[in-house]
Amino acid sequence: MAEELKAGCARPTSEIPIEKEVSIQIEKPTKQEAKMIRVGKKAPDFTAPAYHKGKFINVTLSDYLGKWVVLCFYPGDFTFV
Amino acid sequence: MSVDSMFVHKMWNDHELSKMVEGGIPYPMLSDGGGKIGTLYGIYDDEAGIETRGRFIIDPDGNVQGFEVLTPPVGRNVEESIRQIQAFQLVRNSKGTEATPSGWKPGKMTLKPGPALVGKVWEVWKTKMAFDK
Repeated sequence: MAEELKAGCARPTSEIPIEKEVSIQIEKPTKQEAKMIRVGKKAPDFTAPAYHKGKFINVTLSDYLGKWVVLCFYPGDFTFV
Repeated sequence: MSVDSMFVHKMWNDHELSKMVEGGIPYPMLSDGGGKIGTLYGIYDDEAGIETRGRFIIDPDGNVQGFEVLTPPVGRNVEESIRQIQAFQLVRNSKGTEATPSGWKPGKMTLKPGPALVGKVWEVWKTKMAFDK
């Protein structure tokens, strides 16, 4: 599922799959739409570097299809709450 | 997931969290430098450069079933998150034939939505059940 990363000097970054652009659009959207998370709709896919049990790995959300996932964001390491 | 690098995650796990949780954190600690994923999920605070406390429950089909977002000073209630997952799992396993009313916990009564229940919820569900321990 998760590939192990080689710990190099560069700081790994996350990736978001680029959605294929619709080639012809008849109507231009009036403003850039910010995608909102909606319940009952797909969770946006991503790949992110991670630390897991002594290893550095890449985690891709869609690898977890078939399982329940709790995705938690928090302000920062070494914070108090 | 936070904006910290996976290297900082390792230090936090090894030097502090492993003293709170035996064996260290059992799940992957993800890194979101720049808050790209947090922005995608609508919880990144670009003024402070941090992720706010967003928590998303994602089902086996990859659909978001629920989310909660808190400002940084207030911590989450893990028990409530677990209760919600148990409720979503029950509803999923029942293929939509059962629903969990307010205050539901595992083992408590569920509702069977349908024409017979319209206007009759008051007969089976009491307000005090919202506060059941």
